[in-house]
Amino acid sequence: MATLKELATQPAGEKFVGGHTSCAGCGYPNIFRLALAAVKDPVVVVGATGCCEVNTSIFPYTSWKVPFLHNAFENSAATCSGVEAAYYSLLKSGKIQENNTRFIAFGGDGGTYDIGLQSLSGAMERGHDMLYICYDNGAYMNTGIQRSGATPRYANTTTAPVGKVKPGKMQKKKDLAKIMVGHNVPYVAQTIAGNAQDLVKKVEKAMSIRGPKFLVVLATCPLGWQTKTQDTVKLTRLAVDACFWPLYEVENGKYKLSYDPKDKKIPVADWLKLQGRFKHLFKPGNEQLLAEVQAEVDKDWADLKALCEFHSKQV
Amino acid sequence: MTTTLNEEKYTANLSASELPEGGIWTEAGSSLMRKTGDWKVEQPVWDKTKCISCFTCWAYCPDSCLKVENGRVAGVDYDHCKGCGICANVCPPKVSALTMEKAR
Amino acid sequence: MTVSTEIKQLVVAKTGNEAMAEAMRQINPDVVAAYPITPATEIAQIFSSFVSDGLVNTEMVTVESEHSAMSACVGSAAAGARAMTATAAQGLMLMAEILPIAAALRLPIVMPEVNRTISGPINIHCDHSDTMFCRDSGWIQIFSENTQEAYDNVLQAIRIAEHARVRLPALVTTDGFIISHAMETIKILPDEEASAFVGAYRANYSVLDNANPITVGSIDLQNYYFEHRLPMINALNEAKAVIKQVGREFGEKYGRAYDLLEKYKLEDAEVAIVCLGSTAGTTKDVVDTLRARGQKIGLLKIRVFRPFPVEDIAAALGGLKAVAVLDRSDALSGYGGPVFTEVCSALFNSAARPKVINYVYGLGGRDIDLHMLEAVFMRLLKIKDGGDLGQIVDYLGVRK
Repeated sequence: MATLKELATQPAGEKFVGGHTSCAGCGYPNIFRLALAAVKDPVVVVGATGCCEVNTSIFPYTSWKVPFLHNAFENSAATCSGVEAAYYSLLKSGKIQENNTRFIAFGGDGGTYDIGLQSLSGAMERGHDMLYICYDNGAYMNTGIQRSGATPRYANTTTAPVGKVKPGKMQKKKDLAKIMVGHNVPYVAQTIAGNAQDLVKKVEKAMSIRGPKFLVVLATCPLGWQTKTQDTVKLTRLAVDACFWPLYEVENGKYKLSYDPKDKKIPVADWLKLQGRFKHLFKPGNEQLLAEVQAEVDKDWADLKALCEFHSKQV
Repeated sequence: MTTTLNEEKYTANLSASELPEGGIWTEAGSSLMRKTGDWKVEQPVWDKTKCISCFTCWAYCPDSCLKVENGRVAGVDYDHCKGCGICANVCPPKVSALTMEKAR
Repeated sequence: MTVSTEIKQLVVAKTGNEAMAEAMRQINPDVVAAYPITPATEIAQIFSSFVSDGLVNTEMVTVESEHSAMSACVGSAAAGARAMTATAAQGLMLMAEILPIAAALRLPIVMPEVNRTISGPINIHCDHSDTMFCRDSGWIQIFSENTQEAYDNVLQAIRIAEHARVRLPALVTTDGFIISHAMETIKILPDEEASAFVGAYRANYSVLDNANPITVGSIDLQNYYFEHRLPMINALNEAKAVIKQVGREFGEKYGRAYDLLEKYKLEDAEVAIVCLGSTAGTTKDVVDTLRARGQKIGLLKIRVFRPFPVEDIAAALGGLKAVAVLDRSDALSGYGGPVFTEVCSALFNSAARPKVINYVYGLGGRDIDLHMLEAVFMRLLKIKDGGDLGQIVDYLGVRK
């Protein structure tokens, strides 16, 4: 794996630059900075409508130093399919020279878990050579923190607000990585924006594989999570230590933990209490809700560990 | 891959006939022309003598504001730094080469 | 006009769908992304067999929806490839979001489109409500009267869409089942001639150009959106001259000339029907019959609905006494069909202008026959002779 120093000191410089309009302390930009630094080949990026697309491409400003294409909200995977198909077609007919171009499509959780799920599913099933990166901050942050299929249970959002009778979002977060595993793609991984080494390693591994790859990256949104800007990195790391968001990868259907906090495992409340979107859970009378979340996390963690254990014993 | 950006294109509003067809933009990385540095309330101060160039700050800055020169971290790009404080937060406690102060 | 006798065309029996697929084979696009929908399914289906048999170099992307079909076409075209798809009705409606994006990005995607009514109720048969629903999407819209035109129009659409003064997407329609599934004898060009006619595609930009990385699909604020729309609006206007030029060239080379409009026995006509698509063929028959009885009647077929040929329509109809616009869809505006209101607006500033009435007909595949069209002409002749204009918008062939 490339070291941070190697990534930072490439002669070509960064492929995703500053001056974009994401909020101070935003959690997603370093995903794209690091991912692009980790890709050595020419790369085309296709982005879904959302914070990242809007903030990085307000005309005539662009933060992309690689070719970047935005089409609409729900179709970055389908659009990327078209770019990839064009590359191989033009190559086949001798209209362009082979230069080992690779393809990255991205979307936020809204553009991936929800409105873009069909487009993503189709692209993964068709087997295009594409890495899809979902930056998941757990709500429609760009439109003002509306709940998505990725919003954790009991988070306060503007369309599932905490009220007199409802403690925020009533449903559990969708397990997107598992859905992608169901597509039988060669590589699926879950990581965080706050672990550069894990992120880079997974991007490198994904790019070493031809075919469809999927990476879902938990990213802090200080505005939506109601957290301090300087805590952005710490927050996703705590999500891992709480086992709310385990780091793992699934290569050819086999689950493998990337990190087990073991005795460093923290109660999920330790992660939740730093976030304003969960502050109602800490009011007297809501102990049951917290216990419920903890039980859910514990069960999912045990299941994942069992699955990884099972696969580790297979040849 | 350094692009020289023409200031005028970013200060003036171009007319329809001056724009590339299809709404595309051909100057990669032009967002550097937008100085987001004036957003900040606090700013990081980098201590060259303490810095061990582990590049952790570089890796996590959302705004690509840690300058790199001759294979080492070389200070902060205040033109684009929004003052979030992530760099100071991720700087190893034993090193503590980045600290936050009120922005000037 | 000189008809070249050097190019030997092949006489073949084809349905509309087969003819359009055949044109696509000869065009040999770099990418086709498509999804099945009645009555357009066959186009991509037949084309897929060309791919499987190695008759084309095309990369076939069998997407999971029409939304993704158009999205993939946008991706391919933005990567410098010649991209095509085909659809109808609900499929076009599902693409609707991406149609104006393709136009704004100035991507000359060409799409055979089989006119079918939009739900509801669900109905798979012909009317023009699907195409009309997408009329303001920045796409050039070419309507075909028969299978021959469907074939010719697809080839010409490539030239028009990719023209440096245009660079806009274009759709070529046939009427669902009436043309798409009916077999006719047509002439097709030899492969090398078709290929030479459409020429090689030169994209204006490509996201595959890694040495010159571009950003495509930026977000515009209030300061740039208008400036980005204006060139597209201008290009649609420019397209009129290009469509005429390409249609003329096609005629000179292959003996079948095309224009924005087709005027049928209109020179000395006093009244006329205006319509699009297959109904024009039926109307020609009625014109011939009534002309034989001494009636000065004619037909104006609108071949290109977008860009709307305002000037040509005003010039063609200005001298007439009465005109009936036949719409195969209702605009649901409370004032008839979309062709009617646009024809009226084209005539409004003319010094001389006819009385204009509107018939909405044929919804959901309802047949229109010779007697109905004859009745329309009879009414027009009464209006011409000073009769009462009567109901301006009416519905033809429906049990009221």
